[in-house]
Amino acid sequence: MSGKGMNLTLKIWRQKDAQSTGKMETYKVNDISEHMSFLEMMDVLNEQLIASGDEPVAFDHDCREGICGMCSMYINGEAHGPDRGVTTCQLHMRMFKDGDTITIEPFRAAAFPVIKDLVVDRTSFERIQQAGGYISVNTSGNTQDANATPISKHDADEAMDAATCIGCGACVATCKNSSAMLFVGAKVSQYALLPQGQVEAADRVKNMVAQMDLEGFGNCTNTGACEVECPKGISLDNIARMNRELIKAQVK
Amino acid sequence: MSGFLKSSIGRKIAMALSAFFLMFFLLQHFAINMLSVFSPEAFNEVSYFMGNNPLVQYGLQPVLLFGVIFHFVMGFILEIKNKKAQGVAYAKNNGAANSSWVSRNMIYTGVTILLFMIFHFNDFWVPEIVEKYVEGKSQVGKDFHAHVAHMFENPIRVVVYVLAFVFLALHLLHGFTSAFQSMGGTAGRKKVLQNIGKAYSIIIPLGFIIIAIYHHFNHH
Amino acid sequence: MSVLDSKVPKGPIKDKWTTYKDKIDLVNPANKRLIDVIVVGTGLAGGSAAATLAELGYNVKAFAYQDSPRRAHSIAAQGGINAAKNYQGDGDSTYRLFYDTVKGGDYRSREANVYRLAEVSANIIDQCVAQGVPFARDYGGLLDNRSFGGVLVSRTFYAKGQTGQQLLLGAYSAMNRQIARGKIQMYNRHEMLDVVKVDGKARGIIARNLITGEIERHSAHAVVIASGGYGNVFFLSTNAMGSNVSAGWKIHKKGAFFANPCYTQIHPTCIPRSGDYQSKLTLMSESLRNDGRIWVPKHMDDVMAIREGRKKPTDLSEDERDYYLERRYPAFGNLVPRDVASRAAKERCDAGYGVNATGEAVYLDFAAAIQRYGKEQAKIQGIDNPSADKIYELGQAIVEAKYGNLFQMYEKIVDENPYETPMMIYPAVHYTMGGVWVDYNLMTTVPGLYCIGEANFSDHGANRLGASALMQGLADGYFVLPYTIGDYLSDDIRTGAIPTDTPEFDEAEKEVKDKIDFFINNKGTKSVDYFHKKLGKVMWDKCGMSRNEKGLKEAMVEIKAIREEFWKEVSVPGGADEMNPELEKAGRVADFLELGELFAKDALAREESCGGHFREESAEEDGPQKGEAKRNDKDFAFVSAWEYKGEPADAELHKEQLEFNDIELKQRSYK
Repeated sequence: MSGKGMNLTLKIWRQKDAQSTGKMETYKVNDISEHMSFLEMMDVLNEQLIASGDEPVAFDHDCREGICGMCSMYINGEAHGPDRGVTTCQLHMRMFKDGDTITIEPFRAAAFPVIKDLVVDRTSFERIQQAGGYISVNTSGNTQDANATPISKHDADEAMDAATCIGCGACVATCKNSSAMLFVGAKVSQYALLPQGQVEAADRVKNMVAQMDLEGFGNCTNTGACEVECPKGISLDNIARMNRELIKAQVK
Repeated sequence: MSGFLKSSIGRKIAMALSAFFLMFFLLQHFAINMLSVFSPEAFNEVSYFMGNNPLVQYGLQPVLLFGVIFHFVMGFILEIKNKKAQGVAYAKNNGAANSSWVSRNMIYTGVTILLFMIFHFNDFWVPEIVEKYVEGKSQVGKDFHAHVAHMFENPIRVVVYVLAFVFLALHLLHGFTSAFQSMGGTAGRKKVLQNIGKAYSIIIPLGFIIIAIYHHFNHH
Repeated sequence: MSVLDSKVPKGPIKDKWTTYKDKIDLVNPANKRLIDVIVVGTGLAGGSAAATLAELGYNVKAFAYQDSPRRAHSIAAQGGINAAKNYQGDGDSTYRLFYDTVKGGDYRSREANVYRLAEVSANIIDQCVAQGVPFARDYGGLLDNRSFGGVLVSRTFYAKGQTGQQLLLGAYSAMNRQIARGKIQMYNRHEMLDVVKVDGKARGIIARNLITGEIERHSAHAVVIASGGYGNVFFLSTNAMGSNVSAGWKIHKKGAFFANPCYTQIHPTCIPRSGDYQSKLTLMSESLRNDGRIWVPKHMDDVMAIREGRKKPTDLSEDERDYYLERRYPAFGNLVPRDVASRAAKERCDAGYGVNATGEAVYLDFAAAIQRYGKEQAKIQGIDNPSADKIYELGQAIVEAKYGNLFQMYEKIVDENPYETPMMIYPAVHYTMGGVWVDYNLMTTVPGLYCIGEANFSDHGANRLGASALMQGLADGYFVLPYTIGDYLSDDIRTGAIPTDTPEFDEAEKEVKDKIDFFINNKGTKSVDYFHKKLGKVMWDKCGMSRNEKGLKEAMVEIKAIREEFWKEVSVPGGADEMNPELEKAGRVADFLELGELFAKDALAREESCGGHFREESAEEDGPQKGEAKRNDKDFAFVSAWEYKGEPADAELHKEQLEFNDIELKQRSYK
């Protein structure tokens, strides 16, 4: 590519496996193009490490277009790095400048234990969803016609906004309390806003919140950091709705 | 219901409820104190009423005490649990990028307020209780106003109070709207309530500061 | 008779599926508890199949290489899902969806399968709505539809630009319900490394736990492969980084025929490559072509001026621009099907008119649309003599409302504002129509081994229509496989659990372990990606948008050479008993290196142009269609199903003749 790229210093968390204790290691990468994505810069580093006989840095990634929710890096003190409305894979190197030192850590939370290097175990999210993140309808296709129950456009759109969550865990990683309430709130909200979700609404919110607590996530203190760092802009209103739903479920 | 209070959201709601109660109390306390600036007589009358009405003394006062203690204890419990939920700390964390300082430091502003309250209780509440219930003295005709004015002669006390109220303001700047959010209201996210919250968080502590300074410069 | 039996039921096409369902053997609920089914892959097809099979009562073991089923690449589908609901009252019907799909596939798909797909499409929408999928609605609260390329009706249901995500989350929620009930055992971060056959039937798999590196044996009465497409054989594609052919290729090596590997869809509207470091390509929805005009400069000196930054695209007057799609296809213009649009872009760029530094980009321009919408809005709002700025402002608002999220995504990646300067686009590998051969029951040529979704070859022929991939995945998983598999499993109610301590499992496990040991101990000099990129370049240059005999023959030789070098020189750091992403990649690339060669062989054997497969030797030579693809129905109306014989080059071709009883074969014309 044209022009000279950036030279960067990377401080990266290295940890062999869940049992080991890890530490920060320092690496240098040179001639990084500003058009690269952050993960492509990591690819360059890994090729470099492989060439010198070292083990590459393990990190989660898959779709590299911001929708699968797999990538999960804490870059310079922020989940998915300094840009807004993007996942790590959508972050581009033009956000950095020549000579920068970039600190890269895994998403931290007691409920997200490190598996290796920057890879963390987010199956706690799975168990929360299994506790009630569904509508109990058989997949036979023999349900009523899709247009039998009109749903107001406003509710459908709001449910869609909540459903946009990609389950990456940036909310937990960024929260000073490691709270999962934005994630759980979004899930609860999607179903709470739709008529299909009403039948099981009370049990759903109770069970999902109970599982969330069991997994060891912290409590929400409304700092709003999760909403800012969320790559999909999930609104804090979803947490309020979840609180409301839980109060409703208790009164019932 | 006991299960509810053990759940994270239950505790959060309880925190908000106690906060609402304390904010209401603060308003009331503020109104009465303001009287000390405008009318020593009225201030004395109301103070006597608050200190000697059985309903206030045996009804509201224990509730208030419980509210204060609950808010602090629950605050500490949540803080400890939240610390535990964090696991390993980040080597680099840029909290300022996504949240306000006040929202991240409620525990510190809270602890400062707690320390102040010990000081404040020692100044006013403890002597009152000793006078009324240990020594059994009557407060009929007592000049509460003179007592207050006397207390603020000491500049060090004034400084302590002023600082404490600054911390109270910081605590309220996040706490006011946060309580609405915790209760499941999204009103706290609307401009109107945010402005009311800001006004409340600044005017009330500022008022207390003015009262303290007023008495410092107006003691006879 | 051919060894291939498609098992298509007799009778009129519209009754086939219903009659067949009524007659096939079922397993009674008590017996289903005694039967285990393995599902590999948890995208739309695998996820919906796992959930439905578990609901029916089977014990399901589901495998995903990601940390959650929700992350499968179905999630990246943007546009929508087709269904013959005819909610718009615009004349849609099962037959019309069937017809459009067969025609769109350039008459290279199996009629009966496609009809069934169209038939169950309506159920998918009912099902998904019941599950809480938040499809877009109109102000009356009813479901909204949009139209898509290549068809004349509005039948596409959508959830913003994230339809795949929402449908996958629906299937995932159905899975979660069954995981909670204990009917699905979910194995996240597990990769299938081989299938195990006992007495000729598929009876289990060998899988690697990607966290611990442990090699595990899993047995079942039937195995379902739903591992998606193999677009990553090109290295650069719109597929996820982990998308791979390994499950499909492993079963191919154990006896499942691989059909039509050369049918690849190359999507015209992707963000161009910016450099050699590029790891993947990003698709932007085809819907952009509804309003964007595609062009390159007419004159070479303008091309050079733009590349060197001396001119901006907006500096060029209308006369200096070549709107080549409008020029070549006046009837369809910018809305020609994907394969045609892609080839036309390549033709211009090959001729040297590409507008970015790599020479592989054309413009997609919204200036005209902004003007048109702006004037329209001014009229609607009753503004007399609106200023140019006002028109632009009004027009931009409309474009933003329609495509805002795509424009934003483009700007994040390219760092240019597409409202002000035209977007740059270039075609990219997107979907593979080819895949494992299956019969009407979706069973492969190995008994008890099924293949569904993009991993099979069945429904899209030589080209897939927009918004049909999601439809096929869910149709297979929710509504087809759960019925047809019962017919096979009804013989297994007395079999009992399949033991895993048998010689067949021993052997399969040993083979897998030996290969892993090889990689770890090889200590070569080059990384896995080095070989993958090299393979990708050969594939793109010689098996890409247009192919010829010479290139394909060269490709076969070159791929074989890369494969040989790979087995000598590949370097895989780290150990076998730990999380090791390089080891995972090595296994996948090893399979791509074999598939690539078969791909070229298949393309070489198909001496016609059809759908995504364009052979330069088979083009119209004169008349108004000069230069366009020429299909050869007399000699090539068959499915190429390849049988593994050791080396990819030695694969044996079996032909399944395609019969068209309900549709007349015609040339696709977009002039």
